[in-house]
Amino acid sequence: MALDKSEVEKIAHLARLHVSDSEAEEVTTRITDILALIDQMQSVDTESVEPLAHPLDVVQRLRIDEVTEENQRESLQKLAPASEDGLYLVPKVLE
Amino acid sequence: MEWETVIGLEVHVSLSTKSKLFSGSSTEFGADPNTQASIFDCALPGTLPVFNEEALRMAVRFGVAIGAEIGKQSVFDRKNYFYPDLPKGYQVTQLDFPTVGKGALTVTLSDGSEKVIGVTRAHIEENAGKSLHEEFHGMSGIDLNRAGEPLLEIVSEPEIASAEEAVAYLKKLHTIIRYLDISDAIMAQGSMRCDVNVSIRPVGETELGTRTEIKNINSFRFVEKAIISEVQRQQEILEDGGRIIQETRRYNADKDETTSMRSKEVANDYRYFPEPDLLPVVIDDEYIAAVKAQLPELPDAKRSRFAEEYALSEYDAGVLVSSRELAEYYEIVASQSDDAKLAANWVSQDLLGLLNKNNWELADSPIQAERLAMLITRIKDKTISGKIAKTVFETMLEDESDVDTIIENKGLKQVTDSGEIEKFVDEVISNNPDQVQQYKDGKQQVIGFLVGQCMQLSKGKANPAQVNELLREKMQ
Repeated sequence: MALDKSEVEKIAHLARLHVSDSEAEEVTTRITDILALIDQMQSVDTESVEPLAHPLDVVQRLRIDEVTEENQRESLQKLAPASEDGLYLVPKVLE
Repeated sequence: MEWETVIGLEVHVSLSTKSKLFSGSSTEFGADPNTQASIFDCALPGTLPVFNEEALRMAVRFGVAIGAEIGKQSVFDRKNYFYPDLPKGYQVTQLDFPTVGKGALTVTLSDGSEKVIGVTRAHIEENAGKSLHEEFHGMSGIDLNRAGEPLLEIVSEPEIASAEEAVAYLKKLHTIIRYLDISDAIMAQGSMRCDVNVSIRPVGETELGTRTEIKNINSFRFVEKAIISEVQRQQEILEDGGRIIQETRRYNADKDETTSMRSKEVANDYRYFPEPDLLPVVIDDEYIAAVKAQLPELPDAKRSRFAEEYALSEYDAGVLVSSRELAEYYEIVASQSDDAKLAANWVSQDLLGLLNKNNWELADSPIQAERLAMLITRIKDKTISGKIAKTVFETMLEDESDVDTIIENKGLKQVTDSGEIEKFVDEVISNNPDQVQQYKDGKQQVIGFLVGQCMQLSKGKANPAQVNELLREKMQ
């Protein structure tokens, strides 16, 4: 399965990545190679193989439901480009 | 053409854990912005999620309550999209292996019939933060207190055929969730939210029509109205030969119509993949059995028990079990007054009427179960009449003294002394010779008027049965 450039542009847009025209060709080739690998894997008979959710053969440890974090707003907001009234400010977004 | 409606509901419920789904931040409602947003909630690099065991227990509790299959291995996935109130750039959710699988709810409709509505699944996921779009000189403000709070998304089968069924399903879900104590489930506050998928098709057609999704409706009534108006809109389009566009719509309550939310947006492509930062969550039969053993008596079981134990109609029993608190209240009134039927009437009519009128929760009621039980006891032992009891009930709203004190202070005690009643009866007979004559001529119904006169004379305190009996005796 080969990708064309417009599909690469769409994927890049969804991931909010900028791919320049000169890069697009190389990226297209590389993703097409990855898809070829996936095609190869798809052709293997996996009927008797249990789906794998995670490569580690261990299960999730659980946390007791208690509040362990303190308010760190002041130090965290020092990292932000802009904040006001306790809110982080970002370029205007509307649905 | 005859159309039929197909509705599926996605309900998000905020689980009432103390801390967030994957971090130890508080979930307390109403805190100052970003004071409950830790380095993990802000998605600082290097932080990792640790799953909250209480969120898992609550999800399983819901699952066993609706008789659902429980996923012994649940797997978290990333749903990728970009929005500033989602700092990680993805929401952690469960796609292929949710904690709760297929289950069902039984709802009762207004004609008394019952319908089973399938629940496809319920999965655990994290909430996003909040965006505020006003007053920041052209910028948007972001509050991440809500980011990472645990949600349970409950997805129904597309088996709901009308707005009425949708509301019945939602109310049932709400009741069960409150019984289970896993969420406040207050729609107005957003701790329960509902997305509605609606399509219509000609009756007899087996393929589903193109659906639209109405997002984030925040009251039962608006769910009903939104569905009715959306079905109407789709029907008009199809009957004019048009076609429905699959899209997300918003319900505008002021105009009572749905409007398109996103017109030009590219089809959603969330590029799900398994969340590598979390391992599969594994539970065993023992865990599920332990959660099941801790279930409270659920609304359906309680309704059947009330109907049988207290000899109530299914309808009355259904009203009384509509919330766990109300059911508990009723049981106190019924047992202390030792009159289940009278208790049911007072609780479902007078008390609920009072709560509705004032928009109160049961906890706000100035009339506690014990006081209402005492009031009913005083009707039963004939200290007061049922009618006077309504006056006492009104007084109890402002006067916190006990029922006997109110009856005493207001002089409302029923007159059962036959000598005193005789005085009222004699006076009424001598004042109304015409009516008395009519009665003697066989016009029996005049007795009602004469009893009424006696009651008025006694300021409502005479025992009406005694008045009636004595009047008849004297007019023979």
